[in-house]
Amino acid sequence: MRAQARIVAVADPVRGTRLAAMRGEPPLLPRRTFPSDSEGEVQLHLVGGAAGPLGGDDLRIEIEVGPDARLCVRSVAASLALPGPAGGQSRLHITARVAAGGRLRWLPEPLIGAAGCDHRTVTSIALAEGATLLWREELVCGRYAEPVGDVRIETTLRYGGRTLLRNDLAVGPRASGWSGPAVLDGARAVGSLLVVDPAWSDATSQEPTRCVWMAGPDDGSGRPDSAGGPTGVRRAAPEHSTAAVLPLAGGPAMLVNAVGADPRAVRARLDRLSVRRYVPERTARFRAIPIARVSPAASSATAGDAE
Amino acid sequence: MTGLATLLVLADGRLPAGGHAHSGGLEAAVSSGRLRDLAGLSGFLRGRLATTGRITAAFAAAACVAARTVRAADADADADADAGHDDALDRHRLDALDEGLDARTPSPALRRASRVQGRALLRAGRAIWSVDPAQRDRHHPVALGIVAAAAGLPPAEAAVAGAYGTVSGPASAAVRLLGLDPYGVHSLLAELAGECDRLAALAAARAGDPIDLLPADSAPLLEIGAEVHANWEVRLFAS
Amino acid sequence: MRPDPQVQNGTGSHDHGTGPHEHAVDEVPHTHPDPGVDPHAPLTSPVPGTTRPVRVGIGGPVGSGKTALVAALCRALGDELRLAVVTNDIYTTEDADFLLRNGVLPADRIRAVETGCCPHTAIRDDISANLDAVEDLEVSLGPLDLVLVESGGDNLTATFSRGLVDHQIFVVDVAGGDKVPRKGGPGVTSADLLVINKTDLAPLVGADLSVMARDSAARRGDLPTVFLSLVDDPVAGMVADWVRGLLPARTDRRGGPAKLVP
Ligand SMILES: Nc1nc2c(ncn2[C@@H]2O[C@H](COP(=O)(O)OP(=O)(O)OP(=O)(O)O)[C@@H](O)[C@H]2O)c(=O)[nH]1
Ligand SMILES: [Mg+2]
Repeated sequence: MRAQARIVAVADPVRGTRLAAMRGEPPLLPRRTFPSDSEGEVQLHLVGGAAGPLGGDDLRIEIEVGPDARLCVRSVAASLALPGPAGGQSRLHITARVAAGGRLRWLPEPLIGAAGCDHRTVTSIALAEGATLLWREELVCGRYAEPVGDVRIETTLRYGGRTLLRNDLAVGPRASGWSGPAVLDGARAVGSLLVVDPAWSDATSQEPTRCVWMAGPDDGSGRPDSAGGPTGVRRAAPEHSTAAVLPLAGGPAMLVNAVGADPRAVRARLDRLSVRRYVPERTARFRAIPIARVSPAASSATAGDAE
Repeated sequence: MTGLATLLVLADGRLPAGGHAHSGGLEAAVSSGRLRDLAGLSGFLRGRLATTGRITAAFAAAACVAARTVRAADADADADADAGHDDALDRHRLDALDEGLDARTPSPALRRASRVQGRALLRAGRAIWSVDPAQRDRHHPVALGIVAAAAGLPPAEAAVAGAYGTVSGPASAAVRLLGLDPYGVHSLLAELAGECDRLAALAAARAGDPIDLLPADSAPLLEIGAEVHANWEVRLFAS
Repeated sequence: MRPDPQVQNGTGSHDHGTGPHEHAVDEVPHTHPDPGVDPHAPLTSPVPGTTRPVRVGIGGPVGSGKTALVAALCRALGDELRLAVVTNDIYTTEDADFLLRNGVLPADRIRAVETGCCPHTAIRDDISANLDAVEDLEVSLGPLDLVLVESGGDNLTATFSRGLVDHQIFVVDVAGGDKVPRKGGPGVTSADLLVINKTDLAPLVGADLSVMARDSAARRGDLPTVFLSLVDDPVAGMVADWVRGLLPARTDRRGGPAKLVP
């Protein structure tokens, strides 16, 4: 199956933002959803018209956000990558362009890689200098007690013409060592939140200062565990090294990375680190995004606290 | 004219280029309880080779190609001052490869570790081979390509030294940190040798690719672990 | 006393192939036997136009009193010299506090180097991280007179590379037994100064200092040995004097010209 969706958001003097284009075909059907953001943001959901992606599918999503427009794209449910009837790889290409002053929030539900699937997501984000981005990507390795097929996620972020992030993740039988202690250590879910905010430009003109906070289940302290351990090596509880905030080089951007036993744990860690902790003092912008807006369940924009 | 022995000099763990103080993320993995034994090390090394190793091989090969062109141009310019050989593109390519590694290394701690090792390798390269003194602050894979070029090695050999180094470093750290049987550990390295060669051949074949198309395979727990590790008060390894 | 060819030739135009290169005015002009090889690399001053500080290594077995000696030297020399410390010790904030409290050495004058479980490698076989740390101190603090490099505690065979330090002090203690100097090893036999520390403990551990003096003289020939108790002498007077004697004579330095310990 081939399908394409195209969404174009432009600034509107009255409502802040309006959709200049919103079209798609199954399984990529964009639907305007409410309530809209008070900051003049337009929100829409991708509603899946079919199971998938299936092996052989070729799906394309194109997003454009014009100067000063604000767009938030979500999905109503997780997508499930399945092997196709005739074999073959399923592909999802996402291309996003955001103009200066524009803001894009891409907050879909996770991708689940089913057993035997062969899926590749290629994301290419091009931001003009002065554009703002929040981009979430979550992957679940198999349905319940199921081994994952081959999934490859390739992400490129350009900001003002410079590539700030090239980050691929491969899991499954073809990816050597992916479930070992260097990559996922048996974690079944992994996710990232890519944040770009031009307000950090001054702060990050040098190598950004390190800021890392470990996310334990109830670790509100933000401090590394200081317990000693055998062989003189400090031993932190495993859950204390499952997430980190990573300021990128060369631009006002950071990547929040998290792994977990399931998607809920990953989402909780991403939300906790991104919303509560990373925001530099000088930046009010993402502070204004309450946790519920980053992480709603399905189409409700008022979901309660995560976790 | 150089041969295989030059590659042995460059890839030797005892080359004074700072490698012994870096565990390639192993110390963090050990302390978080993710790695305790030979089986854990095996998985760790495989994952590291498929991610960091693949990137290191690709960037070492690409940097070697660019550095060789720059050196050839410099030699031409010395022989004939009027030659006017324009090697600006290749110098720019080295800068761009360095930026490409920044983009593939979201963890600031890993970026620092890579640059520290790059500086140490260039220092060794200046003392041992005739590495351009202007090349000082480079990510380790780019430094490896530059030093390999100065040693007269081809891109595939720069790449194989890079791929092998990403696993031999943590393997040696595992022997020191966990007291694992050194024969068992070296058996793992021997098993991975074929994969190192394969990655190096791929890297050499694609050494001229646009930088965004070079490998970018990531290992989330290496990134996360490196940040946690950098925050410890006491550590035995620099990274 | 060497200019840095790399820094001075930031354009990369330095040409070893065609003839003698530039050196400081006070240096005898010479060419190098092997064109294309920079024999100066490990000993350069990163600040052009300045002289490189004297680097003194302090090595010795675990717990013999290396950090305590560094603190004593900071106490003794901190006011008269521009001083910085690189420590290969497994570095804790307690160590930093120790130097801060006892040595009056600000934190920005201390760099810690991780040794990957291999302290002797970092000071002897692969000195790159230590060289980096020394240069980093020189760049961030400006001209220095003296850099002390403390090794991690190791065994009797661990000595500093000449590529890293100009002089080295080997610290053993009497509590390790009066047999230690007799055992020899490169640290005891060849260090520029042997310090036998914790003499205050000698009666408690039954160590015979005269035996230690005799054995070290036999092992070391003309090289000096100092008996020390940092409990009794918290500024390590004899060692501090010995260090002063290593520095080029300077009239503007407080404490006057250096004098050698006998
Ligand atoms: N009694 C006595 N104790 C001393 C003397 N010098 C040092 N110490 C004590 O010996 C202990 C070890 O001293 P350090 O200076 O930490 O020894 P070190 O050689 O730096 O140890 P490592 O770095 O761990 O190898 C400390 O408790 C010191 O206070 C001394 O002259 N007499
Ligand atoms: Mg000490």
